[in-house]
Parts: sequence; structure tokens; C-alpha cells
Amino acid sequence: MFGWCGKILKIDLNSKKYDILNPDINILKKYIGGKGLAGYYLKDHITLNWHDPDMPLIFFTGPLVNTISPTSGRMTIMSKSPLTGTIGDSSVGGSFGFSLKKAGFDGIIITGKSFDPCGIEINNKNITFTNASSLSDLTVNEINNLIRDKGSTAAVGPAAENGVLFSNIVIDNHYFAGRNGLGLLFSSKGLKYITVKGTEKTKIYNKESLKKARQDIFRLTFASPVLMGELGISNFGTAALYDLIDNRRMMPTDNFRKTHFNNACLMNAHIYKKKFNPKKQGCLGCHILCKYITEDGSSIPEFETMSHFSALINNNNISVVMEANKICNEMGMDTISAGATIACYIEILNKKLSGSDIISILKKIGYAKGIGNELRKGAFRFAESKGKSESAITVKKLELPAYDPRGALGMALAYATSTRGGCHLRSYPISHEILRKPVSTDRFAFSGKARIIKIQEDLNAIIDSLTACKFIFFAATLEEFSKVYTSITGIETSAQDLLKIGERIYYNERIMNSLNGFTKKDDDLPSRFFKYPGTSGNNIDIPPINRTEFIKTLENYYKIRGLDINGIPTKEKSKELELEWKN
Amino acid sequence: MEKLIQKYNDKLFKHGLTERDEPLIGTLDAEIIWNKTNKTTNILEKLFKTLNINSIIFSEPAEPYKTIIEYLTKTSSGIIYPEDCETRTFLHELPYTKNFDVQTITNILKERKSLIIPGHGIITFGTVSPEQAFVTFSSVCFAVYIKFFSDYLEHKKHRTITNEEEKTFNKIALMINPYPEFSFSLMKGPFSKEKVYKALNEAGKITVKSKLVDSYFGNISYLIDNIIYISQTGSSLDELDGYIDTCPIDNSSCAGITASSELSAHKQIYLDTDNTAILHGHPKFSVILSMDCNQQNMCKYKNQCHTKCPYKRFVNDIPIVPGEVGTGPYGLYKTIPSAIKGKRGVIVYGHGAFTACKKDFNEAFNNLLSIEKMCKQEYFKRANI
Ligand SMILES: [Zn+2]
Repeated sequence: MFGWCGKILKIDLNSKKYDILNPDINILKKYIGGKGLAGYYLKDHITLNWHDPDMPLIFFTGPLVNTISPTSGRMTIMSKSPLTGTIGDSSVGGSFGFSLKKAGFDGIIITGKSFDPCGIEINNKNITFTNASSLSDLTVNEINNLIRDKGSTAAVGPAAENGVLFSNIVIDNHYFAGRNGLGLLFSSKGLKYITVKGTEKTKIYNKESLKKARQDIFRLTFASPVLMGELGISNFGTAALYDLIDNRRMMPTDNFRKTHFNNACLMNAHIYKKKFNPKKQGCLGCHILCKYITEDGSSIPEFETMSHFSALINNNNISVVMEANKICNEMGMDTISAGATIACYIEILNKKLSGSDIISILKKIGYAKGIGNELRKGAFRFAESKGKSESAITVKKLELPAYDPRGALGMALAYATSTRGGCHLRSYPISHEILRKPVSTDRFAFSGKARIIKIQEDLNAIIDSLTACKFIFFAATLEEFSKVYTSITGIETSAQDLLKIGERIYYNERIMNSLNGFTKKDDDLPSRFFKYPGTSGNNIDIPPINRTEFIKTLENYYKIRGLDINGIPTKEKSKELELEWKN
Repeated sequence: MEKLIQKYNDKLFKHGLTERDEPLIGTLDAEIIWNKTNKTTNILEKLFKTLNINSIIFSEPAEPYKTIIEYLTKTSSGIIYPEDCETRTFLHELPYTKNFDVQTITNILKERKSLIIPGHGIITFGTVSPEQAFVTFSSVCFAVYIKFFSDYLEHKKHRTITNEEEKTFNKIALMINPYPEFSFSLMKGPFSKEKVYKALNEAGKITVKSKLVDSYFGNISYLIDNIIYISQTGSSLDELDGYIDTCPIDNSSCAGITASSELSAHKQIYLDTDNTAILHGHPKFSVILSMDCNQQNMCKYKNQCHTKCPYKRFVNDIPIVPGEVGTGPYGLYKTIPSAIKGKRGVIVYGHGAFTACKKDFNEAFNNLLSIEKMCKQEYFKRANI
């Protein structure tokens, strides 16, 4: 078999036994890998409680992984989200995906629950279960130091052990499968870590045409200002977006009560670079390399983290941002949710917090101590418990990232329709609304956005299934990546064929969410965005979002996506996409 | 969406790519909107059902593109390979078919951004905006133009011209409009931070009006107090209002992350020379001549001219350098700055021309225009006309 290994490792933690599944080639063709295949294997279990031992925790790479395909070092981890109750998936970099393929597996499906804290060690075909009791309470960094000789690592830290609903699974100490609290689910299975290494090669159908396709993609990325440009993410990390987003008056400030942060120009990517002198790193198989790590091993915060730990919580101290990022990483918790939950807390408390307050609260969250025990449940549950639901800036209980939707109306719709709650990455309209790729669209218009959002959701679904990095699509398109896919697997395809598979994968997620009761009422934004304007200035007017237009665009989206008027998947559309329809 | 349809309908005509109101333009959000309906809309409407796209442009191109396409599709088999580097990077190849049926069209557009149907027109599409369809349409026209004239010169030199080719050439040569005279003055510099926007706008507009760029490709910048004022990536040189980024030369702000992909080249020119204004366009005959090289057949870098050309080449006084768009290993930011010193401008192999000067855009524009005029003259000389 070319591209895929054709083997899935199925682990039962109740019995500490494993099995190997050989998926039918038609299933592989239909769902590709990554989040597509993970979703396929998740669907039958999606109505279970997230902490039910039978709820699978699924890791999947794709056919492009462990080849020379550009940005192929990614994989998806998926299950049901403890935080949102929706499907929960996270595309993550590092080298775990590569190593898993090298060990000879396309994916891992883990069910059951270990009585004692345990680790799983995969070395080619040898699978070992270890007792990991001694790792309890250790930080991610400390755990990683103990296990990194065994290969690529996936681990959880104290946050997951202490019930933080937004805890992460951390890959190779620096890459985070975040947003949906999958760390907590990992921990609920009695798992502390997984390591993987191997020596197998992925078989390539046509090496020459793969090389050519790769060259075509390289040329496009070098021509992309956002990726490889002077001011792009290869030179500054995603932090490069910080100046731009503030400049466009859409930087969420004071818990989304303002959209411009006065201190932004003093806390931008250039200043981090100057102050901390970090070195460039990145996922295996990537030439863009957008990760920056300092000499002492700390990561320079990603854009979202930088923004939420400064503007959103009104912090002017760059060292506090670095420290906050470090604590989240060591505790193993999501920086966006942590920042946004603290911002919500500050609003309800109606008091400014000092830098040391912020650091102390973050630690309390990680250890579920004092106020941390309330905040560990995220902004939505915290605000609701205080009778102040309007202060939680979430969609489907997931805290919003650092793009204010009043500054990009496609983003407003995309937050609402995202299958994992308030996430920017499902459709990433910032690409055309702000970054002008593939061309620019009017960020203050809803016109045309329903279809664009739907198409881009399908696109990102297929990217997360192949798997590749979404960033490279600022420059390349499926036209080039379909050539990569065909060269690797030998399966003839086209850009549009792949997009259709993306549509199937995304619709499948919509079906799973509907089985858990999600409907139109959940595809909505916090009322703040419809009631109040953002911070106009710089010749840019940021009015509140027109609710009537928003609803009309959402309804258009349903029509285009093939959902009924309540946002529920239909039998006809499921059939068209060759999906099993459930009700 | 209606506004965008009208905009690109007008632009196609204004850029000389189609006859007035000839294009059929459709967009789809929840409903399909066409700028007009005829029997073709029925066929194209089916594309919206099978392809995940949101806009289509279908039109017969204006002359001379129409005649060029008729000739090229008659003499090549199934696919036309563009010669210039820009089109190659973004479009890879230009497929055509003689079958005007939905299935054939669908199958080709599933893989490529454009399709030529001789005798009918060019189909292009967008996934987020009709602008993509417009840009692709324009690139196809540019690519076939460059290819036809390049091939002709090559065949002429090797005495392999056919009657048909000669006939087509003679027909097209009559259709080429002369370039305008530069008989007026642009704003006088040096510019203040307030005035620079107007100056960039003015110079951008005149460059497009003089047909020294195709679609929106090309860029422009000006340096004041170590800040580069530069057109954004994918902006139209004739619509720069609101699309200028400011980039401090020390990279102390990334707000210009949306600046032109040639920011590095502009910056390096400013660092290495005492110029303060830069203009870059894709004038056709400059591009064509840059690829006319007598060494090609014996050169060990054959087919890698755009990245590795080892020779010092010139059109009269103007250097021709290799280099690719952006910041890659063969980035043109490495080749242009040293070549442009003391010259009226530089031509990048298979791509376009850069001019740089002090104070304002009068000299930069004049040089771009005169280089192109010189190249055109030189072309006809080499072709023995
Ligand atoms: Zn250019």
C-alpha cells in the first residue's frame, strides 16, 4: 500500500491489550486520514459521556505524513470535548505523526481506563504498558525530560490531572493539542504519556512527480509575504499578526469590550525577538518553521496567546506574557481559554489584576486551588455560576481567540458554525478578510460569505486529513496538493475531488454534534457583539454586528451546507455525501 | 456580489481583455446571480452544482488574444505551456478543449484554474471572489501573448516559421497599439508622509493606464525616514487608495505583513542605493526579450534560466537578471539591487522590469515606459521586421 501503512493500533486500557485493525482501502479513500478518519471511528460512540471508558481517544496521521510533502508533520487527536460537548479535535505539529508512521501505524484508537496511571510506549511493533504513578504532579517539562529518549512524546500535565476542562495534550514538549480539553480526557483514561518511535518508511507511488509537486509548492510559499516574507511568520512566528490585527482595529481588548490595545506597539513580535533572542524551530517536515524557542527552552507565545495575555486582560508587561505562556505550557492547559477565562473573571470582579495576580491565578487553575477551582471550568461555566453569562465570550462554551468578529464578518459567521465551538481555524476567513489570500474580500460585508465560509471549512477539513498545515494554504492550493496526494498514494484525484471529501468530513462532524443535541440556537455569538461597537479609529469604523444580517447569512449557510432550517443534517445530503444519517 | 460582478465586467473591458459587456459573470452565495442570461448560462450553471466554487467568468477574449488563442490551440496538443515565470508559478499550464460540454469542462476545472475553449472563450473561476476569476483570465491572456511572441522570435531565428504562423503574426502586429508618450508631469517630490499616498496612487494609475502591467501584478513603493510605503500584496496598481502598507526598514513593526511579496527586493534596493522611489511592472516586450537568449541551447543551466542564468545579459544598457518572486534561495532581492546601480532599470528574466530613482516617480515611470518601448523596437529588429 502506498501512502498509508494500512494499520491502526487499537488499545484497550481496561485489559492493557492491543489489536491491529486493517482498514478497507475504500474507507481510507473516503476519509483520507487525520480528522477525517478519526471522525469516522468516533461517530458510533459520540453520544457516550466524554468520561465513559468506552469513549475512544483517537490519534490519526494521514497519507502525506512521513514523506517529503511540505508541512506534513501534523496529525489530529480527536474525541468528544469535555469543555464543549461537541466533537473535539485538534491538529497538532511536532514529530509524533512522523514517528507513528515510522512505527508502522496510521493511527491509534484508545478505549478503556487504566486503574493506575500508565504510559504507552510504542517502538515499531512492540507496545509496552508502563506504570506512570511516579509522574503524577510533575509538569509537562519534567515529564518530558524523563521520557524523551523513548521517541516522540504525548503527555499531559497537572492541569489534566486536576480536572481543568481546557487542558491540553502536549506533543514533544512544545506542540499543543489544545482548545477542546482533550488532555482531561487523556488523563481520565488513566493515561499519563505515550511515546512512539520506529524505522519504517512510507511507500511512495511516484517519487519524481512528488518532487515536482513539492518544488511547485516551495516556489509558491517563497512568494508569500505572510509565510516567508520579511515580516511573515517564518521570520517572527505567528506573533507577526499582532501589529496587523491591532492596526485593523480588531484586537480583543478588556474581554472584548474594546478592539484596540493602546500598548500593542510596545509588545509586538519585533520586541519579543529583540528581548528574548529566540531560535527558529518547527514541525518535522516543514520548511516554514514558525516556532521560536529561547535559550532556556521557553516558547515565544503564539499570536493568540500574546494577544489574550496582553490586550484581553489589559496587561502591559511583556515578561508577564512570557511567564503566563510558560505556566500554561508546563501545566498543560490551553492559553486562549486560560486568558479568556481570566478576562471574564476580571470583568465580573470589576477590578484590574496585577501581573503577579495573573500568574498566581494561572497556577491556581492548574492545581484547581481556591478561585482556580472555579475558573478551571472555563469562562462559560464560571460566568453562569455568578449569574453573569453575558461576560463569557464563548461559542458553544469555547472561549473565542484573538480576532474580534466585529472586525471581520466572515469570522463572525465562522465562529458560529465551527463544529468545535468558537474557533478561528475551521474556516480561517482572516486569510481573505485580512491577509488578502487567495484574494481579499470585504471584511465588513456578509455578502457572499456564507458560501465562502462553507468552502473554506471543507478545505481546512481536507487539509487536516491529508495531513498538512493550514498556513501553507496562504500560498499553495489544493491544485498543488492534489498532485502531492496522487504522487504518494497512486490514487488519481483533483482539487475539487479532495474538496468534496472535505465536505463529507465536515458534514460528518455536523451529524455527530446534532446527535448530542446541537442545533441553530448553538450557532450563535455572544450578545455583546450585536449590542456594542468596537473601538473605531485610524479611519476604521467598527460598528456592532447587524443581527438580522447575521441570521440571514447563517440561514444561507445552512442552505449551502445542506442542513435544515434548524441547522440539522438531512437524510438527502447525508446520502449524497455517502454518509450514514442518524437522528 | 452584484457590485463585484459589475466591477470585473468593467475591468475586463478597461484592461483590453474583452469587448465591452462581452463577459458572462456568475456568482453563487445562496442563489446564483448572472450579469446576463443566455444559452451558455445553462451550461455554466451546472458547474456551480459540481464544483465547490463561488464565481465564474466566461468570455471570448478581445483581440489580439482571440487570434493568438485560435493559433495556439490549433498548433499545440491539449495543453499550452506558458513561457513566463509568473504564470508558470501560479497557473502551471493552460489546458484547452474543443468540446463545449459540461462533463469535459468539469473534469478539467476540477484540476486547473482556467480552461480555453477555442471559438468560444476562456472559463475561469474563483472560490472566494470573482476577483480570482478576473486575475486568472488576465494571466491567461498575458501568458498566451508572451508565448506567441517568444515562439515567433525563436522560430524566426531557426527558420522554422510556418505560413500560418507568419500570417497570424502579421495580423496581430497590426493590432498592437503603440505605447503612449510621456508628455506630462507626475507629482513632484520629495514627498511628505501626507503627500506620499497621493503620489503612489497617481503613479500606480498611470502605469496601469499605459498597459505596463497585466491585471494587478506589479508594485510600487517610496521611502521616507526609513519607512517604506509600499502597495499591498494582490492590490491593483490603479486602486491603491487604502492599500498602502507602511514597513519600517528595521522590521520594528509587522503591520506590513500584507505588503507586496517584493518587499524584500524593494528594501534591499533602498539599503544598497540612494534611491527613494521604486516602480515594478510586467511590460510585455521586456518580458519577451528577457527570455531571448542565444546561449540557451548550449547552456548547462538550460530550463533554469529564471533562477540560475550565469551570464551578464543586457538589452542595450538594461541588465537582465535571474530571480524568483519572494524570499526563496533564488529570490530576486538578491539579484536586482546590485544590477540596478547606475542603471535606468533592470529586467527580471521572464517576469518584468524594475525602475528606481530619487525624489519622485517621474523618472521611474519614464524609465519603465522607455525600457518597454526600447524592448518592443528591439524585438521587431531581432525578428527582422
Ligand atoms: Zn512582478
